[in-house]
Amino acid sequence: MAAAPDLVAVRDIQIELIEQGAGRPLLFLHPGIGIEADAPVLARLAARRRVLAPTHPGFGRSELPKSFDTVDDLAYFYLDLLDQLDLRDVVVVGVSLGGWIAAEIAIKSSARISHLVLANPVGIKVGDREHRDIVDIFAITEDEFLALAYYNATAGKRDYKSLPDAEVKAAARNREATARYAWSPYMHHPKLKGRLHRITVPTLMLWGLHDRVLSEAYGRAYCDAIPGALFAPIASAGHFPHVEEPDQFAEKIFAFVGGS
Amino acid sequence: MRVYQFTEQPYPDAWNDHQGSLRINLPNRRCDPHVAADLFHRYYDEWMLSDELGLDIMLNEHHQTATCMSSTAIVGLSVLARQTKRARLLVLGYPIGHRQDPLRIAEELSTIDVISRGRLDMGFIKGIPYEFAASNQNPVGVMDRFWEAHDFIIKAMISHDEPFNWESEHFHYRQVNIWPRPWQQPHPPVWSTTGTRSNARVLGERGYVMATLGTGYNTRALYDVYREGYMSKGRPAPGADRFAYLGLVAVATSEREARERGEQVAMYLRTSPIVHAPFRNPPGFLSVEDNARLLRGETPPRSYTKDRRVIEMRSASVQELIDAGILFCGTPDQVYGQLVEFCDYCGGMGNLLMMGHAGFMSHAATVDNLTLFAQDVMPRLKEYKQPEPAATAA
Repeated sequence: MAAAPDLVAVRDIQIELIEQGAGRPLLFLHPGIGIEADAPVLARLAARRRVLAPTHPGFGRSELPKSFDTVDDLAYFYLDLLDQLDLRDVVVVGVSLGGWIAAEIAIKSSARISHLVLANPVGIKVGDREHRDIVDIFAITEDEFLALAYYNATAGKRDYKSLPDAEVKAAARNREATARYAWSPYMHHPKLKGRLHRITVPTLMLWGLHDRVLSEAYGRAYCDAIPGALFAPIASAGHFPHVEEPDQFAEKIFAFVGGS
Repeated sequence: MRVYQFTEQPYPDAWNDHQGSLRINLPNRRCDPHVAADLFHRYYDEWMLSDELGLDIMLNEHHQTATCMSSTAIVGLSVLARQTKRARLLVLGYPIGHRQDPLRIAEELSTIDVISRGRLDMGFIKGIPYEFAASNQNPVGVMDRFWEAHDFIIKAMISHDEPFNWESEHFHYRQVNIWPRPWQQPHPPVWSTTGTRSNARVLGERGYVMATLGTGYNTRALYDVYREGYMSKGRPAPGADRFAYLGLVAVATSEREARERGEQVAMYLRTSPIVHAPFRNPPGFLSVEDNARLLRGETPPRSYTKDRRVIEMRSASVQELIDAGILFCGTPDQVYGQLVEFCDYCGGMGNLLMMGHAGFMSHAATVDNLTLFAQDVMPRLKEYKQPEPAATAA
């Protein structure tokens, strides 16, 4: 395990912020399972970018402001972070819940954003009222979740008995925070789909093809709702392609945003 | 001591073939409405008998479950408010953090209080973990919503001179002015349940009646935290009437028969936790610290015998349940002795929530259980002198 990252304050809210690499900035928004500083994907991305990977308020060791309970709150929080750090031409990358946050940021303002990358994002509703688009992760066991979320379920398996206290507590906070923001309406904002046309920056939809939490049809519908967005499948990965295929994940992003 | 007769109004036929879950996802095709009708009428008849026998009455509600057909306690309260004559009617409770509309709750409970001419005890509860999948209420932050609903309901019950407005985090209303207003002044007594020290302290500070379930010879610590909270507000030590305990009761003229009856009542403990695993611990229901311990595979023991042996409530024998103060079982003399010993241990416990029926216990056996208790145990409990509050708190 990596050392716990430093805490930084954004408008008086203390959050963990991992910073790696140098160059133009890339904001990595983690999924509900959190992000560790030694995650291979961060090293891959940091080879060519200044990577900033915050832990969302309420997750990991990041503070939870009492008033925060929607993804909207997180989106405005990250717009504040971009302002505070005066970041420009940022590549915003979000996976799953992080992808939802990224989309909510981009519909509000892309003034500081050059490119948007969504990887197996949740956040919209495409199906009818009696069918979920997104598997109810709170109605299945952890083993069932791993089998649905990963191409290779062992990739996500954690042995909590051997992990340090702080990491187990972070995992418990991650589960609670996911529910805080996404319990109902479950994992989506009913109005987001109708607002995606406001995204004006080049957008890449990365899709781990073995995702069974979401369907590929869901990903393609999401992609179609964003003007000009490109759909880029990743084989041998499920709902968390940044975990199972970090090389492909980084390469496809670099190919999309160009060198420099 | 007051004794409230309680049954969960189960549908026990479903227990024979449940495929791992009696709650939430057990298909309701398994419920025969004709059988359910007979059961409801029978349970109401047993509560009518309780009224005649001098017992009080407790109802509850759970959702989407064969363990408790009462999915809306207001229906049972409505029937009993009109049909009973003297029993107090305790609902323990209303899951007010789950409800969409606390104005409706204030109206329902005020009406029950009026129709019963002031016999309502209103229990407000957080609800057990399984309820969140059914209500779709976010388990994260449910206690904030609970206390806002509580504040609103009380304000609606005690405001009499002009309509008021409410614009807060969880609820929004205009022109609040409930008709009828409650019979009891300033409002019916408030009860709640808890299993945690932090919540026991809060209930003590507010002076509400606090009930625990299955805590057995681990109860005293919670009561003592309540006492601290109660006295921290400048009050003298709380009397026994501030404490309630849900105990299973099986009494019969012979010990052998009582033990058989005890096995039937214990079926409640053995079936109640049968539920699809993910519904047992919704996110945010437990604290982060408790969830971290669960992830590590650590489950703290909850039930102890008087001599500090740990027992597992759902699989314990009748003797272990008696030793743990979870089941009061035997001849009238034995049951009286067990109850008095438990009250002494608690430092005073003035409200026995008596589960006098559970599982497959027949109507005849239930009638016998209630009648024997009312005639041969209850009169002595009325005479029993609870420990002196000041001495307990000292």
